[in-house]
Amino acid sequence: MLVLVKKHSARILETIGDYVSLCFDVLRAALKKPPAWKLVRDQLFHIGVMSLSVVAITGFTTGFVLAAQSFYQLGEKGLATVTGVLVGKSMIVELGPILTAFMVTGRVGSSMCAELGTMRVTEQIDALRSMAINPYAYLVAPRFIAGVLMVPLLTFFSAMMGIMGGYLIASSLFHLSAANYFDPMQIHISLFDVATGAIKAFVFGILMVTVCCYRGMQTTGGAAGVGKATTQSVVTSYSLILVADFFLTMALNMIHQRLKLGWIYSG
Amino acid sequence: MIRIKHLWKRYGKVDVLKGLNLEAHAGEILVILGRSGVGKSVLLRHIIGIEAPDIGSIEVNGVQITNLRKHQIYSAVQNMGMLFQGSALFDSMNIEENTAFYLQQHGDLKTGKKFPPAVIKQKVQEALQVVGLEGTEKKMPADLSGGMRKRAGLARLIVYRPSILLYDEPTTGLDPITAQQINELIVNTQKDLKGTSIVVTHDIHSALFIGDRLALHEDGQIKHIAEPETFLKIDDPIIHYLRALYKRKGST
Repeated sequence: MLVLVKKHSARILETIGDYVSLCFDVLRAALKKPPAWKLVRDQLFHIGVMSLSVVAITGFTTGFVLAAQSFYQLGEKGLATVTGVLVGKSMIVELGPILTAFMVTGRVGSSMCAELGTMRVTEQIDALRSMAINPYAYLVAPRFIAGVLMVPLLTFFSAMMGIMGGYLIASSLFHLSAANYFDPMQIHISLFDVATGAIKAFVFGILMVTVCCYRGMQTTGGAAGVGKATTQSVVTSYSLILVADFFLTMALNMIHQRLKLGWIYSG
Repeated sequence: MIRIKHLWKRYGKVDVLKGLNLEAHAGEILVILGRSGVGKSVLLRHIIGIEAPDIGSIEVNGVQITNLRKHQIYSAVQNMGMLFQGSALFDSMNIEENTAFYLQQHGDLKTGKKFPPAVIKQKVQEALQVVGLEGTEKKMPADLSGGMRKRAGLARLIVYRPSILLYDEPTTGLDPITAQQINELIVNTQKDLKGTSIVVTHDIHSALFIGDRLALHEDGQIKHIAEPETFLKIDDPIIHYLRALYKRKGST
């Protein structure tokens, strides 16, 4: 039993070490010589533009459900006007970042891992090295830059689509006016909420790209290995995004509380 | 010139290289023979810096590449090239883009300047002509046969004229005619570039055709090394077998 624990903990520590090493290698490579604009542009298109439809559908339909649920739950208690705030806050702070990260991981992260994994098992990554080209700089850095930029933008887009989807349901089915839907948002949704969503999206973007690229670059075992690595990359990304979401929620709220207390005392 | 001293490499619990020593002289083609799985490809991957040894040193043209940090290796291997067993062509690029890749990425190593597109195009055409692949520029690697992919891999290698050339089983899986074409290309490339070439193979016919010296890789070490005629006379069970194989195939 002890041997098994030792063996597994050694493997986990080795994986974490390799993952951190990849992150440093990518950062060093990107800072030392920024990747060619063409490579970054291709990834911006692949991650950002090509994900717009799936992110829009996810955000829009989530807005429908949130509006309907909040109206049915709160309408009877005379709190129908909270619908807009509930939809907006949920989409900006929590569901927008999480759902966008999940959708982008499923659509883009898995393909990143499969592409890099195939390159690895067919020795294309070794061929890059043999031609004195750092694969972290050439393959991972453009994906990293594009992912870190596009996931927050897609999250913002998703949140907006959710709010608009919620409004569509609230106005057409429950006859809520635009003023009743949007005005409370201006009071109850703060800059802190927007910053929380943006920070979460930024962190999720980093996690998604680095985990999927790490799994891809570590792939072994031919076609079966590529399939296994792709599944692992998605599962690991989802798990880490959820864990990171909890810790970010706690940390950001604690910081917010401290700042608010600071303002009160200084005031 | 390549000088390898006391190279050890372990994967899991298996020692693949066990204190291997080897010297490849400038201007020669050194062929390493050995059975599958003895670590011949692993040795090439160490020479070009893809793998790092556990113990030992590799000196290439006076530079100890084993002392370099991970990110320093790339500049040290700029003047080296490797033909991979499966060709390892970039499958998202066509043959022209594959062949032009190194020139586009590094430019002119002497001046440090980028090559104009017209110069790159001309060099690519020349390289493809040398390997007999003119007219395939716009084809994707998946559209080519195994032999054509090997030749495209060779074009990608010779286009930047490296001084150290490593070939990993260049004729494996090819028909005898295509294999002989590859052998001739290796010899002609060597005559043209006058660099140092190391060819890993288990094809004794290829080895005798292209090699200036032959080495037997067995049990993680170089067991014998000699010029072809002397090599075949060495008293070793594996070389006896190779000699018999050569005579049998030669007579058919």
